[in-house]
Amino acid sequence: MIRLIVLRLLAAVPVMLVVATFVFLLLRLSPGDPALVVAGEQATPEQVEQIRRDLGLDRSLPVQYVTWLSQMAQGNFGASTLSGQPVLDLIADRVEPTLVLALVTIVVTVVIAVPLGAIAAWHHDGWRDRMVMTLAVVGFSVPSFVIGYTLMQLLALKANLLPVQGYISPFDDPLQSLKHLVLPAATLAIVFMALISRVTRASTLEILGEDFIRTARAKGGNENRILWKHALPNAAVPVVTVIGLGIASLISGVVVTESVFNIPGLGRLTIDAILGRDYPVVQGLILVFSLTYVFINLLIDITYLIVDPRIRY
Amino acid sequence: MTHIETPSRPPLLRRLASGAVRQPTMSIAVLVLVLVVLSAMFAGLIAGTDPLSISPRDRYTAPGAEFLFGSDQYGRDIFARVLHGGQISLAVGVLAASLAAVIGTLAGLLAGSFRIVDAILMRVMDGLMAIPNILLAVAIVSLVGPSLLSIVVAICIPEIPRVARLIRAMVLTLREEPYVFAAISMSIPRWKVVLRHILPGCLAPLAVQFSYMFAAAILTEAVLGFLGVGFPSEIPSWGNVIADGKSAFQRAPWCILFPGLFLSVTVLAVNVLGDSLRDRLDPRLAARRRPS
Repeated sequence: MIRLIVLRLLAAVPVMLVVATFVFLLLRLSPGDPALVVAGEQATPEQVEQIRRDLGLDRSLPVQYVTWLSQMAQGNFGASTLSGQPVLDLIADRVEPTLVLALVTIVVTVVIAVPLGAIAAWHHDGWRDRMVMTLAVVGFSVPSFVIGYTLMQLLALKANLLPVQGYISPFDDPLQSLKHLVLPAATLAIVFMALISRVTRASTLEILGEDFIRTARAKGGNENRILWKHALPNAAVPVVTVIGLGIASLISGVVVTESVFNIPGLGRLTIDAILGRDYPVVQGLILVFSLTYVFINLLIDITYLIVDPRIRY
Repeated sequence: MTHIETPSRPPLLRRLASGAVRQPTMSIAVLVLVLVVLSAMFAGLIAGTDPLSISPRDRYTAPGAEFLFGSDQYGRDIFARVLHGGQISLAVGVLAASLAAVIGTLAGLLAGSFRIVDAILMRVMDGLMAIPNILLAVAIVSLVGPSLLSIVVAICIPEIPRVARLIRAMVLTLREEPYVFAAISMSIPRWKVVLRHILPGCLAPLAVQFSYMFAAAILTEAVLGFLGVGFPSEIPSWGNVIADGKSAFQRAPWCILFPGLFLSVTVLAVNVLGDSLRDRLDPRLAARRRPS
């Protein structure tokens, strides 16, 4: 068991290395002078030279790579070219809104989408199944910002039920915070729910065909109990896996949603950094997001190893 | 040569008609797609106005006789912009999905055929999967600058690992088929076995994946436009028409509504088509989860 966990941990190292290498190459291999890209168009030649030296761009590529990697490994992500603040400080300042939004979205999604998927599988090919699957494919197809603006238009501007934009910390004012979170979380959850309900349906459908379900029925088990107690827990593994893998699309969604609802989180920071060509910040954000993704999936895998005796890698 | 008698097939039109009755959702999806493609191809003829012509007096005109879909902050005709935007959005979708399909298939075939390549290539793919796709695309476009090539490449890179994984899994399954063993035992060269006997078996799931990628690419292009790193406003695409409208969406919701509708309906049709293809081409795939 311990050996398996250690192996799984080690497997995450090359993945992170690939991400880091990609981020490193992204700036270096882009056309034009990277120092000029980082410095921006208004920079004086002296400033460009300064940045070239600071980033070590005047040295050979392998030397740059090794220095850069060791800096990253020590958590030294450099400083923002716009504000001069350390990248990690900037990121730490913006973590809260994104984390709150993501957590609320995941909870809402799981609470609604998993039962929907299970019901759809139970009534396979019935009208409930068709309805859930139709909603899922629509959720996949409408861009999240269109959903966001539509919800905002209907519920905030027309009906005046909810605040239009902005973010309030739950630690300052829980009620207001919740009101501000409803629309962005709903926007994100609609897309995420489409994914989760589909997977839950497929996975439950597979389990419902298993022998032990027939046995439970043969023993005269209560139908509701069979679905929720016997089938669904056994269908959970792929569902949780997809929730983990879906973190990547959730992060992409957060970037867009924060921009629609004017939430000062990591997503907004990303867009501001990209539009302001603040490359050290962009670099730091990509690494932090990818690290989060790898870490969450690692955690899920290790939990399986511990909880589910069937899984052996 | 003896002539083999094949049962005569009913004429094409009748076959199409009976197919349409049996698969109503799929036929509607195809019909919608054909209409959208035609409207984009003949945008100039249908719209009749220039998507770029500015008319300051007609700013934010509501949809009506003069402007079917209303006008934007420069008084440009949204109807013309949406139709012309379809050309760019559809082109980006097809090109990005094709490029990802070709590169991903190549990577998947190599990984499935050679153990050493597999170990290295799949680690690279895992790494690529870990980077949120929008972030990766936005970073690439902002560094290289927006052009058709950079946007297509930026959208296709995050899709490559999914194709590679799919094809690799198919290769690993097909490798065990008796006809592949037979081919190998006849000492047919390895590359020929892969191309003639394994690749054709991968095409059905690839077609399904292609439609999902096409849909995803159109959405990603729209997100790029929305975030302000897509095509400049002179080259209308569904994404940047929506992006142009977002600042005034309270005053002129039609600036977002109509391009958003075109975009969503197209992506919906492609996704529905992908689902029906999947159910038809391979019933085993139906139970498998759909990649995000």
